[in-house]
Amino acid sequence: MQQKTDAETRVEAPRVVVNLPCAPLDPFPEADEELEIEASTVDEMINALNARWPGMRDRLCDSTPRIRKHLNIFVEGRRSTLATALPDGGKVYILTAMSGG
Amino acid sequence: MARKVLILVGTKKGAFIVEGGEDRQSWQLRGPFCAAQPMSHVVGDPGTGTIYAGGGDPWFGPSVWKTSDLGESWSHSSEGLAYKEGEEPIKTVWSLHHANGKLYAGVEPAGLFVSEDGGQNWQHIKGLRDHPTRPQWQPGGGGLNLHSIVAHPTDDRKIWVGMSAVGVFYTEDGGESWEPRNSGTRQDYAPEGQRYPEFGQCVHCLVMAPGTPDRLYQQNHCGMYKSEDGGKSWESIEAGLPSTFGFPASPHPRDRDTLYLIPLNGDSVGRYMPDGSAAVWRTRDAGKNWEGMRKGLPQEEVFFGVLRQAMTTDTLEPAGVYFGSNTGELYASADEGESWKCVAEHLPPISSVETLVVDA
Repeated sequence: MQQKTDAETRVEAPRVVVNLPCAPLDPFPEADEELEIEASTVDEMINALNARWPGMRDRLCDSTPRIRKHLNIFVEGRRSTLATALPDGGKVYILTAMSGG
Repeated sequence: MARKVLILVGTKKGAFIVEGGEDRQSWQLRGPFCAAQPMSHVVGDPGTGTIYAGGGDPWFGPSVWKTSDLGESWSHSSEGLAYKEGEEPIKTVWSLHHANGKLYAGVEPAGLFVSEDGGQNWQHIKGLRDHPTRPQWQPGGGGLNLHSIVAHPTDDRKIWVGMSAVGVFYTEDGGESWEPRNSGTRQDYAPEGQRYPEFGQCVHCLVMAPGTPDRLYQQNHCGMYKSEDGGKSWESIEAGLPSTFGFPASPHPRDRDTLYLIPLNGDSVGRYMPDGSAAVWRTRDAGKNWEGMRKGLPQEEVFFGVLRQAMTTDTLEPAGVYFGSNTGELYASADEGESWKCVAEHLPPISSVETLVVDA
């Protein structure tokens, strides 16, 4: 039986559109508010954001690790965790809570 | 060559730099910097002119910011500034200290980190949190924070830290092992007979006398103290002061017997200036005698306080002294505290005041 090549067997990660809120972007003035990311889970997506803008992960997650408590990440309108799978072509919103101080 | 003084101000909403000439008579405010995030402590490295700001908030976590061009541009990093997975995460950076080519950060929950590359990457000095007393550490009113870091000026293995409400701890092996050094400092709220524990005192500010590494001064929740043996034992120096409660302590840049304190009226009566009258208290004899320095400070209906890192001196002659209030007013003296003037106001609540003297 002919073996498939690595290129034929490699599964491409889903591509999602990520919408970033303003507040966490303040320390990253060069960051885009909306961009496409290839990632299979929310956790991978955040790692991808961090690869583009080092330090971004620490603004979105703490070291537990979990999404910071004053943030919510919605995948296709549903609240997610770091483990949530991303659908190809899906929309992801990262929102900050209305908590002040 | 002419020099200029940068007053580095950490506030609840960002870092500010107040810049003045060597005569310290006119000042210009710049900022806010660091994305207007709470900055607990802003310090300068006189060797390179680099300024570091440490802080953070519950929304976006801790970070350390850095500028190498006196505030024109900033970068930030929190790489490695974290406890292990599953442990309570770091809330914020409380203190920074630059010494012996290293940058130290004290955090909440109490712990100590070090960076050897100018704040880009951090390593946890685990020995402190591994101390056997750790399960019994209790937070102070401001949290379980490591707010004071004092490194030996020449031996980077020797470090003292102050934590609320845990006390003073010391290492002489670079942080592998630590010991509490609180003998002689009080814990007034403990039952009779238990008021001098091994640890658990609420140290507010810990500083070292210039040129004398064995002499430390401490402003505690319960009193003011001096040690002549590196913190192994402490003696009270509060006689003559209007209260035993306060936050900041600031040593003179050259005279080991001169210390500045700002006693407040008390811990449960507002934490204001005693009698509503602002004063910085100075000793010239290591705490035997005190004088209240008031000229130029408001003397009636003063209800502000000064937080633990919000007073400092500069390195000029005569020494400048500076403090910032929790109502956003910054005061400066160019004559060792003899007279004062307000050099910035309407700032956010001030967490810290430090200085950096650089060539103009």
